[in-house]
Amino acid sequence: MSRPTPLRLGPGPVVRTVIWVVLGAFFLIPLLSMLEFTLRTAKPGVYSFDRWIAVFGGGTTRYDRVYQGLGNSLVLAVVTVAIVLLVLLPTIVLVELRFAKLRRLLEAVCLLPIMIPAIVMVVGLAPTYAVVTQIFGSGTWTLAFAYGITVLPYAYRAIQSNVAAVDMVTLSEAARSLGAGWGTAFWRVLVPNLRRGILAASALSIAVVLGEFTIASLLSRVNLQTSLLLVSQSDPFVAVIFALLALVFAFVLLVVVDRVVSARRRTRRVPPDHRLLKGSS
Amino acid sequence: MTVLADSPAVAARVGSTVELDGVVRDFGGGAGLAGFSLRAAPGEFIALLGPSGCGKTTALRSLAGLERVDAGRILIDDRDVTDEPTNRRDLGMVFQSYSLFPHLTSGQNVEFGLRMRKVAAGERRRRAAEALDLVGLDHHADRYAHQLSGGQQQRVALARALVTEPRVLLLDEPLSALDAKVRVQLREEIRRIQTELGITTFFVTHDQEEALAVADRVAVMRAGAIEQIGTPEELYHRPATAFVAEFVGLTNRLPGTVSGGILQVLGQTVPLAASAADGPVTAYVRPEDVLLAAEGLPAEVLTTSFLGALRRTRVRLADGSELAVQHGARDVPAPGERVHLAFSGTPVTTAPAP
Repeated sequence: MSRPTPLRLGPGPVVRTVIWVVLGAFFLIPLLSMLEFTLRTAKPGVYSFDRWIAVFGGGTTRYDRVYQGLGNSLVLAVVTVAIVLLVLLPTIVLVELRFAKLRRLLEAVCLLPIMIPAIVMVVGLAPTYAVVTQIFGSGTWTLAFAYGITVLPYAYRAIQSNVAAVDMVTLSEAARSLGAGWGTAFWRVLVPNLRRGILAASALSIAVVLGEFTIASLLSRVNLQTSLLLVSQSDPFVAVIFALLALVFAFVLLVVVDRVVSARRRTRRVPPDHRLLKGSS
Repeated sequence: MTVLADSPAVAARVGSTVELDGVVRDFGGGAGLAGFSLRAAPGEFIALLGPSGCGKTTALRSLAGLERVDAGRILIDDRDVTDEPTNRRDLGMVFQSYSLFPHLTSGQNVEFGLRMRKVAAGERRRRAAEALDLVGLDHHADRYAHQLSGGQQQRVALARALVTEPRVLLLDEPLSALDAKVRVQLREEIRRIQTELGITTFFVTHDQEEALAVADRVAVMRAGAIEQIGTPEELYHRPATAFVAEFVGLTNRLPGTVSGGILQVLGQTVPLAASAADGPVTAYVRPEDVLLAAEGLPAEVLTTSFLGALRRTRVRLADGSELAVQHGARDVPAPGERVHLAFSGTPVTTAPAP
C-alpha cells in the first residue's frame, strides 16, 4: 500500500519565497528610499554621511527640538507602558479570575479606541485635559493618559491571547492551596506565565507611542512626531533621518519580541496526547 | 522507592478530623450544595461520587476555601475554618486539569509550598527530592511540565500537595485526564501513599469503579446532598435508594409486587434488602444475582460479551423485557439460544413503582 501524501498546509516553497520578496520589498523600499534621500548631496549621484554626522555629531543646537521631542516620546512610552502594566494587566487578570462574565465587556471597551478616529478622540480629550492640567500640570508626560487609551486595543489583544493560553484559574488556585496569598500568586505564578503577553503589549505600546502625532499636535504638546514635522519644514533631511530611525527601532523591537515569543512557544509545546481536560461538576 | 519511616518530609502522622455541617452553596442553578453534611475520621479516605452537576466538586472546593459557602460550617480538627482563606487552611490539593506551574521545574513546583512556608533552601530541596521519590519521579526534578506525560504531571502535583504535610488531602478528579491504564496504576499508588501517610483524604470522582476501588467510605451525592454514605460493600450490596442502586454498579430494573413483606419478581420469591410497603415495586437486581439455571424463567439470549473471568449476557424474557445476566466465562450461550434463569437469593433493593 502506498503511503498517503501528507496534506500540505499553507503555500509551497515557491509561493512562500514570492510572498517574502514582495513583503520585503514593500517594507524595505520606503526605508531604503529614505536612507538614500538622507545621503544625497547637492551634486546628483554623490552621496555622503554629512547630514548624519551633523545630527549626531553634537556640533549644533539646531536639532535640540527634535531631541526634546524624542526625550518626551521616550518618557511617554515609559509612562504608557507603566499604565498598561499597572492598570490593564491587573484588570485583565481580575476579570479572568473573578468576573468572567465581564470579559466581553472588557474586550469591547478595550477595542473601542481603534474604531474612534484620533481626531474625534481629541475633541473629547480637550476638555478632559483642562482638568488633567489643573491636577498634574501641563507636562508633556500627561499625554500618556491619552496614550494609555490609544494603545488599549493592541495591549489588550497581546495580553489576552497569552491569558487564553494559560489556565489562570487553576494555576492561581493551585498556588493558593499551597499557601500563597493573592499577591504572591499574582507575582510568582501568574506574571511569569504571562511574560510573553506582557512583553508584546509593552513593545506594541512603545511602537504606537513613538509614532503618535495627532493627539500631541492637537493638544499642542511636543513629541517626536510633532517636532519632526516642525523641523522638516526647515530641514527635511533631518526629519527623514529621525523618521527612519524611529521606524527601524519599532521594527527591530517587534522582531525581537516575536523571536522571544516564538522561541518560548517552541520550548513550551505540550505533547498532543497530554492535553488539558477542563470542566468539572 | 524510599521507605516512608525514613522520610521525614512526608512522615506519617495522625490525620485530621474534617466536618462539613449543613453546608449550603446556591449557584442559582445546578452543582450547588443543599445542606451538605459529612464527618471524616482521622486518616479516612472518602470518595465523593455522583453524576456531573451533583455538587461533589463544589463540596471539595468549599472545603478547600476556593468556594464561598452561603450557610453551614466547615471544621478541621474541630476548629471552624469556614471563613479562613484557602492559603491558611493547610491543605494539599490535586486538580483535575494539569496544574503544575509551567515556568518552574518539577523540583521547583514541589518546593513552592515549602517556599511559602519559608523553609530554608537546603531543607526545601531535600524534602522536595523525598516527595518526588515518594511518587517515583526522583529523576525528573529538573524537568518542566511540558516534558512530562500526563500521569507524571499528576504524580508531581501529588508530591507538591503532600510535601508540606497538609492536614487534609483534596483530590479533584485527578485521574480523569489520564488514559485507562495509567488511571488504575495511579489510583492504586494514591491509595498506597495515603494509607502510609495516614492523611485524611477526599477524592472527587464520577467514576464509580474508581470510588469503590480506593475509598474507605463512598459518599454518593445527588442534587447537592449525600444520598448515601457507606463502605463500598454497603453501597454495592445494600443501596439505600433506587438512585444509589442505579448509579453504583450495573443493575436490572424489574417489576415486582410486595405483599405481606414478601417480594415477588417475575413470579419468583426474592428476599427484600429492607422492608417495603405492600404494592407494586421496581426491584433492582444485580446481573450477578441472576443465574443461568437448568430450570426457571425461560429467556432468549440476545448478546453475550466476554469480560475476562466473567461473561455478561443480555437476555429477553417472554414478556419482552430485557435483563443482564453475569456468569462464569465458561458458559458461552449463543445468541438465539433458549436458557432458564433463577435468582441467587441475595436480598434486593426496591422502590415503589412509578
